[in-house]
Amino acid sequence: MENPEHRWHDMGGDAAGPVPMDGHDFAIWEKRVDALVILGQQRGHFTVDGLRRALEDMGEQAFESMTYYERWVASLNQNLIEAGVYSLEELGTKMEEIKARGDTYGAVQS
Amino acid sequence: MTLTPGSTVRIKTMSPLGHIRTPHYLRGKTGVVERVLGPFKNPEQLAYMVPAPTRTLYRVRFEMGHIWPNAEAPQDTLDAEIYEHWIDQNAP
Amino acid sequence: MPHDHHDHDHLSASGHPYRKDNDGQLTYWQTMEIAIRELMVEKGELTPAQIQAQIDAMDDRSPANGAAVVARAWTDPDFKKRLLANGSDAAREMGFDIGPMHLVAVENTIDTHNLIVCTLCSCYPRNLLGLPPDWYKTREYRSRAVREPRAVLREFGVDLPANITLRVHDSTADMRYIVLPARPEGTDEMTAEQLAELVTRDSMIGTGLPKSP
Repeated sequence: MENPEHRWHDMGGDAAGPVPMDGHDFAIWEKRVDALVILGQQRGHFTVDGLRRALEDMGEQAFESMTYYERWVASLNQNLIEAGVYSLEELGTKMEEIKARGDTYGAVQS
Repeated sequence: MTLTPGSTVRIKTMSPLGHIRTPHYLRGKTGVVERVLGPFKNPEQLAYMVPAPTRTLYRVRFEMGHIWPNAEAPQDTLDAEIYEHWIDQNAP
Repeated sequence: MPHDHHDHDHLSASGHPYRKDNDGQLTYWQTMEIAIRELMVEKGELTPAQIQAQIDAMDDRSPANGAAVVARAWTDPDFKKRLLANGSDAAREMGFDIGPMHLVAVENTIDTHNLIVCTLCSCYPRNLLGLPPDWYKTREYRSRAVREPRAVLREFGVDLPANITLRVHDSTADMRYIVLPARPEGTDEMTAEQLAELVTRDSMIGTGLPKSP
């Protein structure tokens, strides 16, 4: 377990290498995650602190191995499940249905 | 708590496990209130969707040389937002 | 969704490659995004139009918005006072929809330079400047900007003289920050519109300086 008195995300002052300067433009699925996060808050289902809480609880391994918006969509889901917006059964069923539509992000849009 | 710009404050050293917004590197450090930002809902409650009473939020200024003994420029400063319940009222 | 395809094989206006996410093998997390979106629409939580409108609103935000605020402050002393007193009100006064964001402007002067970071996550004045650059969200920037900020600035090409005081601002709570850079020399004759062209994104985060005319 991580050090509970100095959690992984609380990284101010940690040793680290040069700042990587490369960037990317956001893909449409990333923009959609961003929009769903904002709109879900406006609907009153969760707060930005709830999103951060879920991200922090995902742990350092998630920070190292997942992209920013992969972690955000996981946190969004966690918060929507906690708010009772949909159930895991509904999510799982829907994800299987989507996967059956095709192999690429563009191909499976309804 | 009635703090005003210029008040000297020390940050608590507690480390409750959960969603908190006081960075580890400032805990136990002493700074000066730069401005009073007013009441904001406590994020430590908001994070769990439980009732979140407001807390006064302050901007507190710390000297780099106080936070980091080996600071390149000790007179440089670090400002952070600190909620009132993280300010140690028993400290001088 | 007519725009899902075909934008991955060329560079964007900013010169960065698009991620090849759209037409690559569908990932677990992309599937989850689609599922959440469709479930929320089916349940009457959101409409596709609302989602697209939110994307459009964020796409409309860019560093140009902040540059306009900075240029106005350089040319209008009363506006500058209002900006430093209440950044949110000043941005709204110029017509920018910044939502509920609490904006604090910090001023670079002849003897002070300011730098913005968020060590706990990656808070950024996104409702004015748009989404943050990737480096702002990295472990390296978040970790080092509060401990060795002058070394970080040198990596960005800013070598701060020893007689300048550096003020680092860690966005730990409800405020979002924008640096009001110092107006460059030799710009006395320039209009606010011309001045805005000199204001870079990084100059409003503090990792850069405005361009020279």
